[in-house]
Amino acid sequence: MTDYLRASAADLVAALEAGETTSVALTELFLDRIEAVDSAVHAFLHVDREGALAQAAASDARRAAGAPASVLDGVPIAVKDVLATEGLPTTCGSKILEGWIPPYDATVVTRLKEAGLPILGKTNMDEFAMGSSTEHSAYGPTRNPWDLDRIPGGSGGGSAAAVAAFEAPLAIGTDTGGSIRQPGAVTGTVGVKPTYGGVSRYGLVAMANSLDQAGPVSRTVLDSALLHEVIGGHDPRDSTSIKEPVGALAEAARQGASGDLSGLRVGVIKELGGEGYQAGVEASFRESLDLLVSAGAELVEVSCPSFVHALAAYYLIMPSEASSNLAKFDAMRYGLRVVPDGDPSAEDVMRASRDAGFGDEVKRRIILGTYALSSGYYDAYYGQAQKVRTLISRDFEAAFEKADVLVSPTAPTTAFKLGEKLDDPLAMYLNDLATIPANLAGVPGISLPSGLASEDGLPAGFQVLAPALADDRLYRVGAALETLLEKKWGGPLLAQAPSLDTGPGGRVGRSAPVSRPPYSTTGEMA
Amino acid sequence: MSTDTLLSFEESLEKFDPAMGLEVHVELNTNTKMFCGCPAVFGGEPNSQVCPTCLGLPGAMPVVNAKAVESAMRIGLALNCEIAEWCRFARKNYFYPDMPKNFQTSQYDEPIAFEGYLDVELEGGEIVRVEIERAHMEEDTGKSLHVGGATGRIHGADHSLVDYNRAGIPLIEIVTKPIMGSREKAPEVAKAYVAQLRELIVALGVSDARMDQGSIRADVNLSLAPVGTGSLGTRTETKNVNSLRSVERAVRYEMQRHAAILDGGGSILQETRHWHEDTGVTTSGRPKSDADDYRYFPEPDLVPVAPSREWVEELKGTLPELPREKRGRLQKEWGFSDLEMRDTVGAGALGLVEETIAAGASPQSARKWWLSELARRANDSGQEIADLGVTPADVAAVQALVDAGSLNDKLARQVFDGLIAGEGTPAEIVAARGLAIVSDDGALGAAVDKAIEANPDVADKIRDGKVAAAGALIGAVMKEMRGQADAGRVRELIIEKLT
Repeated sequence: MTDYLRASAADLVAALEAGETTSVALTELFLDRIEAVDSAVHAFLHVDREGALAQAAASDARRAAGAPASVLDGVPIAVKDVLATEGLPTTCGSKILEGWIPPYDATVVTRLKEAGLPILGKTNMDEFAMGSSTEHSAYGPTRNPWDLDRIPGGSGGGSAAAVAAFEAPLAIGTDTGGSIRQPGAVTGTVGVKPTYGGVSRYGLVAMANSLDQAGPVSRTVLDSALLHEVIGGHDPRDSTSIKEPVGALAEAARQGASGDLSGLRVGVIKELGGEGYQAGVEASFRESLDLLVSAGAELVEVSCPSFVHALAAYYLIMPSEASSNLAKFDAMRYGLRVVPDGDPSAEDVMRASRDAGFGDEVKRRIILGTYALSSGYYDAYYGQAQKVRTLISRDFEAAFEKADVLVSPTAPTTAFKLGEKLDDPLAMYLNDLATIPANLAGVPGISLPSGLASEDGLPAGFQVLAPALADDRLYRVGAALETLLEKKWGGPLLAQAPSLDTGPGGRVGRSAPVSRPPYSTTGEMA
Repeated sequence: MSTDTLLSFEESLEKFDPAMGLEVHVELNTNTKMFCGCPAVFGGEPNSQVCPTCLGLPGAMPVVNAKAVESAMRIGLALNCEIAEWCRFARKNYFYPDMPKNFQTSQYDEPIAFEGYLDVELEGGEIVRVEIERAHMEEDTGKSLHVGGATGRIHGADHSLVDYNRAGIPLIEIVTKPIMGSREKAPEVAKAYVAQLRELIVALGVSDARMDQGSIRADVNLSLAPVGTGSLGTRTETKNVNSLRSVERAVRYEMQRHAAILDGGGSILQETRHWHEDTGVTTSGRPKSDADDYRYFPEPDLVPVAPSREWVEELKGTLPELPREKRGRLQKEWGFSDLEMRDTVGAGALGLVEETIAAGASPQSARKWWLSELARRANDSGQEIADLGVTPADVAAVQALVDAGSLNDKLARQVFDGLIAGEGTPAEIVAARGLAIVSDDGALGAAVDKAIEANPDVADKIRDGKVAAAGALIGAVMKEMRGQADAGRVRELIIEKLT
């Protein structure tokens, strides 16, 4: 019997189409898995058993009537808690939104519902997507299924860990500076940041509007392509969404899986490697390059000299936008409200609520952004950063004249230990060194597992970047590399991950027995 | 309530030159709000016209209302402005409970329209050119209602309620350059500018333009400088001056208040001031410095607005004739004196007179009925002249009856009585009230004979050649005929019979 828990979404679709299983059965399977392992992994902030099963039953009815709503109809999915979900809590990993239940769905969520994907629940994240480890979640960190003492990456550690721990076959992430790709890299999963504007941001609680992009999280390249086709495309509610159709991404993935990359020029970015990159990560990267060459690709070295300024520019633009975006959390309309003693004014309530509701990293970035936008500093900081951004876009343009795709390690290191970089924000920020340029330029990128680093046996990620609107190239090249790597490994990399098999009592025993799951459920919230 | 010391207006001008800057907010009459699909209408149950976007809910995004952009461009063009080829929205960041996102989506250094002017006509016919710095698009805020306490103001209130129906309604803010050199006419210039800007907005049809409902709001910046220096002093900004009369009074008040402070050796605190319509004074608002830091930056959720030149040209073609130009053209066409024209405009009857002439009446007759007859009645009943229930077509019909000899002025007035009372059309009223003039020789002849008989001495004078005496006999005939005799024919009959 097929192990549906570990099967790809594409295989689940095949099983549903063949009538071998039902969406209700699959949804129950993943809900049970969540119940069994999530007390250890803590990928979820909220699980909606009731809602997911209702959606699954509706899916089964559609399929029985011969009218599935989409190619992924009936395949369950997890959604990062930064996307508004009507009737389900949406906290963004922050205390300030604890208990907030949006009255509307993000466009991505609407599209998932319309396509018939039952939503299992909302995944954990760094507060307001600010972080690279999910340790900045106000609800406690998510743990890496490869090693529960390590971080799952961030900010979308919950989505990546959920997929890596087989709690969901698919998930939605968001990527502002690498928050889909870096968690993908450190959990041995696939994550895609589409072209800016390729997926609607309506209902995505913004960290940095000009950088944020929602995208697929999965265990295979084809699965991401299938999901990307469901969520992508123009949305009139998002003025920055692009008009071009989303393209034949699954077809590109299937074509790539044939393993032939003849004539493809692969640009290796000189600036993204070397110092600061873990040896095992680099070695894994080189092995993947060799495989691409074996498939007929031509390697060219490209230089993107402005990339060295990317991190600095990012840490001015992102906090500037964030400082303004987060101003709305003022306790006047929704969310946490702290009323100080005495006869407080509205401003006193705002101050006390924001003080209690935001975590340190959020406050740090609000302060940074407020400063960077201040009169007298604007030109020197925000203005300069925008110029760097232009230079980075030009570097990409020049590089894409020489190469069809650009490649680098996704993250400089494998997963580090929980707490290791918590007190060193700069070290934390360096995790996104290789992923940030794509956000600044709006180009698409994918991360897929390239193997295990020899020194620690943990997953390393391989990043492919393509020109804006050429997301199909990510899938073609990604699928080709995946096929070659899996041939070498004799199966998916995740097959080598610890099983997280449930101990006595049906739960993974890490420390003290857990009396209740770490996530809320719809029943509890009601 | 105010303890301000004022210098007399005359004395303030002896010592200081005023400079003004006017910021006028125009609420557009688009169907929907600036950045979402909620209805943009006045009134409604509190918080009934809201959605995730105008409530600023997490995740919601704005989309620009193209109709609002079009209205902004038409206002800009009517004010002789340049229209930006490319401009952006910007966030103006500050915390206030009635502002859902704690930033206002506005425009900063890239307004949609800039560098224009409005030629403003003063009472005496003098034209003053007011330079326009910019007209930009932004969204309105919600409205706070302070509950409890004696004054309804924020101080002393138990709590406040916020209605977000207004949040996101499109506004155009029109900012003048400093208006200098208007001296004793400064208050009048300010009022005339706002009045004629309002007329322009009405002619464009882009706003309800109701100052009493806040769909046009004026902020008055004023500063004084020692006379003849040409410099700019420290300004105050008097907010939300919501009637034309108040604009004039607020300028005058601030001139006198500033003058007293400066004359006493003090200095002006740069601040906002609140205008009090009832007492005619301003009171201190909040300090406002040029260093107020709103941390403007381009709105990243919106794409730039880049109106094509074709669109701009197309909109130029839709501009109505500007009110002042139209007045000039009509005055010439109608042959009105300056005074007649001013009275017509002042009575708010320009459009009515125009339509009456279009319906066939002569310009002078149209003016006469609307201004002497109907304006008086409107005034007596405290109504707007347009609300009397008399249409331009009615007035033209009445005048046609006069011209045909069926009515005289006195009878015509009775027809207007009937029209105001809702008795039907002029023809119906004439018939129902039996108002038509009698010019039938039989009926008139009998009345003339009776008048001659009753006034033999007058008849003798006429027989002696004093034809001017006929007036007395005509009066007698008119009295006999209850005013409905054709006075010309009566005269003829009298002379026929007596000479």
